[in-house]
Formats: sequence, structure tokens, C-alpha cells
Amino acid sequence: MTAPLDVPGSAIEAGPETVLEGAETSVIRGRSLGQIAWMRLRRDRIAMIGGIVILLLILVAIFAPLLVSWFGHPPAEWHREKLDPSIGAPLGTFGGISSDFLFGVEPDSGRDLFSRVLYGARISLLIAFFATLLCVVLGTVLGMIAGFFGGWVDTIISRLMDIFLAFPLLVFALALAGVIPDKAFGMSGDTLRISLLVFIIGFFNWPYIGRIIRGQTLSLREREFVDASRSLGARNHTILFKEILPNLLAPILVYSTLLIPSNILFEAALSFLGVGVRPPTPTWGGMLSDAVHNYQVAPNFMIFPGLAIFITVLAFNLLGDGLRDAFDPKAR
Amino acid sequence: MSENEPLLSVQNMEKHFPVTKGLFKRQVGAVKAVDGISFDVFKGETLGLVGESGCGKSTTGRLVTRLLEPTAGKVVFEGQDITHMAQGKLRPLRRDMQMIFQDPYSSLNPRHTVGTIVGAPFRIQGVETEHGIKKAVQDLLGLVGLNPEHYNRYPHEFSGGQRQRIGIARTLALKPKLIIADEPVSALDVSIQAQVVNLLEDLQNELDLTYVVIAHDLSVVRHISDRVAVMYLGKIVEIADRKRLYDSPMHPYTNALLSAVPVPDPKSRKERERIRLTGDVPSPLNPPPACRFHTRCWKAQEICKQVEPPLEELASGHRVACHFPENAPQQAVQTPATAG
Ligand SMILES: Nc1ncnc2c1ncn2[C@@H]1O[C@H](COP(=O)(O)OP(=O)(O)OP(=O)(O)O)[C@@H](O)[C@H]1O
Ligand code: SF4
Ligand SMILES: [Mg+2]
Repeated sequence: MTAPLDVPGSAIEAGPETVLEGAETSVIRGRSLGQIAWMRLRRDRIAMIGGIVILLLILVAIFAPLLVSWFGHPPAEWHREKLDPSIGAPLGTFGGISSDFLFGVEPDSGRDLFSRVLYGARISLLIAFFATLLCVVLGTVLGMIAGFFGGWVDTIISRLMDIFLAFPLLVFALALAGVIPDKAFGMSGDTLRISLLVFIIGFFNWPYIGRIIRGQTLSLREREFVDASRSLGARNHTILFKEILPNLLAPILVYSTLLIPSNILFEAALSFLGVGVRPPTPTWGGMLSDAVHNYQVAPNFMIFPGLAIFITVLAFNLLGDGLRDAFDPKAR
Repeated sequence: MSENEPLLSVQNMEKHFPVTKGLFKRQVGAVKAVDGISFDVFKGETLGLVGESGCGKSTTGRLVTRLLEPTAGKVVFEGQDITHMAQGKLRPLRRDMQMIFQDPYSSLNPRHTVGTIVGAPFRIQGVETEHGIKKAVQDLLGLVGLNPEHYNRYPHEFSGGQRQRIGIARTLALKPKLIIADEPVSALDVSIQAQVVNLLEDLQNELDLTYVVIAHDLSVVRHISDRVAVMYLGKIVEIADRKRLYDSPMHPYTNALLSAVPVPDPKSRKERERIRLTGDVPSPLNPPPACRFHTRCWKAQEICKQVEPPLEELASGHRVACHFPENAPQQAVQTPATAG
């Protein structure tokens, strides 16, 4: 082609943004916004600590049986010999902490608290992850539909979100957990309880994500690249999945990271109130609830599960905040 | 170059956006963004469409490309009435009619690489390319003066002018006949504007394109246009050949716009006194009656507030909607024909 354009050669070179400075320029390969966010995140020490703690927690939850077999005793095994027979309080200092029982023992039963806290992590993380997944799927799908199509579709979905948010969820969960039989939907025991909690928490919390996704979709829809795609003849589903969804991945990641800790707290609250996963399966919330009665004789019983909840929630929040800043540094 | 049959013909096109209020979305009014405009675009020519912000230029472009559906009137493209054509039927026609967007920061998806963006037309339209999409995209990037090796880069790694070139490459992918360029350079640095306008001109010669170029001042479209239409509050107030419009503008509004354009030639600068428009553009929600320009026009008379001046051909190919046009041939300056 003849190119009689008075374009200086240097103008053709892409002007890399500050983030790219110092990067190798020989390879012409762009950096996506995701890669840039990751570079920013790696420099955010607090968020990285949060991320590492989360990674460790997940590993601990996965390998809980192995860790317990090395450093502890099975979570349901009673050790009466570790208790004061008259009052049922643990013998020894601070709830009977020793090299054998790293976190001491439970009052009344003498079960190994270390192994119960580890196993509790499995339940907490499992329920929180799947409940969050359900929230994200429902919230993203419904939020995108509401924001993209607008009109009466949006009106219906938005009112639905209002109803869900106004719903007295805790009361409902208490009532529901009370009437659910031990066998239902072809499931029983812990499986049924866990599924039920995932459903309750996930199904009622999706509007938090849904509202954010709706708002984002609403503004993305007005961007000219959507018009560009449409003027090329793209159909709605192409626009939704190829143009809009890629721009929603960052908020989805950020807000699901921030939703996990709130779901962990919710699960703990339900377990604390006695409608979570049933004993003897260990849960952090359940342990706290039992610990309330004898924190004076066995402070370890309250401190360790409490600390576990605290650290987990904090770690997710730190990572979530870091992710938000990494994706949108202006929002700080 | 022009043939008798226009490539694009717009007839009395209107777009009224309803304004709703309250819980039940009761309609309380309408934004008359485009209120009955007609123009033809012939093959190979460039029509400039000029007017102040909010006068309905973008809406016009989006109606023609059927990103919006007209409230009334007709849009005919290559002899086919596309005014209310279903999107499915419209899809194959879209290859022939493309749009360049105003904001190069919003018109490219930040999550896609340049390769994906410029290759999208092929994928969406299911067009086979001879040597694969990648090769086709690289050819297009070369055509608009970008480095074909930047295929894998993301939009944020480019400057505004380069982004607009990416957008132009995308519109060229399907070898369209008509391109609507909505303020293609208004978001760019002045130093880069000329480059992009030159690029558009070169591409027109090479690829035999027809343009509608939208701009908010008359200087941008001066070089590229064959004919120019001036819009005010949803209406075309003057349309003429480039030379006629710049040399002997008839509508007071066009005169005002022209006086805002810096004139390089000092001789003509002296002749043309500077007209400064006072007041804001009235709201299209509630436009002034009769001649919409009367609230800001220094020639306005009583009749301007009562009788809408029709868009009349006062000289060959020169149509104006004004009761008291300037530079008009003698017989036209008499009292307006339509009274009462
Ligand atoms: N979707 C919409 N709903 C309601 N009103 C709209 C819509 N789109 C445009 N308008 C209104 O129509 C009028 C014309 O808008 P348009 O975007 O066509 O103007 P424009 O001439 O392109 O202006 P600019 O130079 O600012 O781009 C404006 O008053 C605008 O507020
Ligand atoms: S019709 Fe009257 S108000 Fe309108 S532009 Fe002409 S002179 Fe001005
Ligand atoms: Mg516009």
C-alpha cells in the first residue's frame, strides 16, 4: 500500500503505560489488564500475606486427616483421662496444652481440640466456597440479564433482589433447619446438612453480587464497543459473553473473595445457634457455642476456634481488598 | 462519480426518546433528538454532518446504522428499506455499512487484544479469509498505519490516535461501502486529528468508500467533505456543496458556526465579522416553536416564532430553512411564501 500519511515512524510504536516500564520491549506481546493487576497485587504485601494464609488454610483443610494422624488424635476420640473427673475440666495448663494435644482438650469429653479445629476448617471452607459459588453464579446470571436487557426484565429481577435482601434470613434458616428431617433429597447426615447450608446461604445472598453485576452491566452496555459489536451484526448472547462478561471477571473475583468471609461468618453463626452441621462433626461455630459455658475452666476451647474464624475472615478480606485495589487503583 | 441512485437515502427520519416518570413509567414527554431530517448520500462522496453538541448527530448515525430504530420516517440503503428491518435480516447488510465511533477509549473492548478486536468482524459475520484471520488482521493494521506485529497488544497500550486507527481497521475489515464516522477525531489531540483525517481520505481513494462524517465544528469536515449538512436541534437547517456552504452560507446558524472557525486567509477574515452565539442550545425536550433557532438568532422577526421555515432549495443543490437567509439570490429574499 502506498502510505502517504505523514506519520512519523515513532508514532507507530505503542506507547507503553507506566506499568510496563522496565518490561522487555523486544517481544511484542501485550499485557492484559489481568496481568497488570497481578503485577500490582504482587507488590501489595498485605494482600499477598492474606493470599498465602488462605492457601495454607486450604492445604490444612485438604490434608486435615494426614496432619491429625501425625500430630493429633481422631476428632471424635474421647480422652477422659485428660479431664478432672469431678468437674470435667481439662487437666494441665491452659486447657491441657501439651506436645500430645497441641491445642489442649475439650472439657467434658477430652477430645483433641487441634484435630477438631482442623476438621472444622474443612466444613467452614467447604460451605463458604460452595455457597459463594452459588451466589456468584446466580448473581452474575441474573445481574447480567437485568442490566443488559433492562425494561420489565430488570424491574422484576431488581424487585426480586430487594425481596431477598429484606428477607429475615436467620429466622428462616433457624426454622428450616428445625423442620428438615434427617433424610431428604436422597441425602442424609452431614451431606444433607452441608448441602442445605450451601443452599440457604448461597440462595439468599446472591443479590449482593447480583446488584454489583447489574450496575456494572448497565454501564458496560452503554460503552461504544458494545455498539461496535452490534453494528457488526453480533447477537445478544455474543455481546453478553464475549464483550461484557470478560469485563465482569474482575468485579466477580473481587466480590466473591469478599463474600467468602461473610459466608464463613454466616455459617459459624448458624452452627453457633445449633442449626449448622450436627455434632459430633466439628465446626468452628459449634465449638464456640459449646465453649461459652465453660470458658473459665477451658479458655482454649473458645480461643482456638475463635482465632481460626478470625484469621480466615481477615485473610480473605485482606486479599479481597488487595484485589480490588489491583484491578481498580483509582477506587482507593 | 455520483450516480443517480443514492447509496443511502434518509427521508423525514425522526427519533423521539420517551421521557418517563414515576413507578409506572408514565410517559411525560419526549426528547426529540432527531425531528424529521432528509438527506441523500451518493456513492463515492463524503457528506459532512455538523452541529453543536446534543443536536442529534450521533443519534442520526445510530439510526442510519440501525443501532436505534427510527420513530418515524424511512432509511433506504442500496435501494432497500431498512427502517424497521429485523436484526436477523439486517445482519448481512451490515457488512456494507459500518460505523467509526467517537470515543476511541470506549469503542475498543479493554479485555480484548487488537487481534481479537480487528478480527471480530470476520468471526461475527462468518467470513472466510484467504490466509486466516491473523493475516487478514495484520494486513488491516498495516493499511491504517499501525505495526502489524502489535497484534497481541491490548488497547490500553496505545495512544488515542492509534486506538482510533484500530477502530478504523475494524470498520474496514468487511470492505464496507458506507462508513459513518461519528466525530472520528474530536477526542484526539489537535496534532493527531489531521493525521487521522488524512488516513480517512487516503482510504476513501484506495477502497472506494462513501462517508458520512459527523463533526461538531465546520473546520474538521472542511477538507474531507463534498457536501455538508448543518444540524440544529434535531433538524437540518442547511445543506449544500462544500464550496457553496463555506463561501456563501445562507443560514444564520451556519454563519455563526463559520465565524467560529479560524480563517487562515486574513483578507476573508476582514470581510467576515465575528458572530458570537449567545445563550445555550435549548433543550430538545422542549424545543422552541417554529424556527428553532429564533431564541439565538440576531435576525429573528415575529414570523420566525410563528411559522416554521421549510427546507427550501434556494440555489442549485443548496437548501436552507430560514425566512431571512443571507447571501441568497435576490428573488428569494422577498417576504416568505408561507404565511399564516
Ligand atoms: N438513549 C437516549 N435516551 C434519551 N435521550 C437520548 C438518548 N440518546 C440521546 N439522547 C438525547 O438526544 C439528544 C441528541 O443526542 P446525540 O447524542 O445525538 O447528540 P450529538 O449531536 O451526537 O451530541 P455530541 O456532540 O455531544 O455527541 C441529546 O439531548 C441527548 O440527551
Ligand atoms: S427563520 Fe428567522 S430565526 Fe430562524 S434562522 Fe432564519 S432569521 Fe433566524
Ligand atoms: Mg455524538
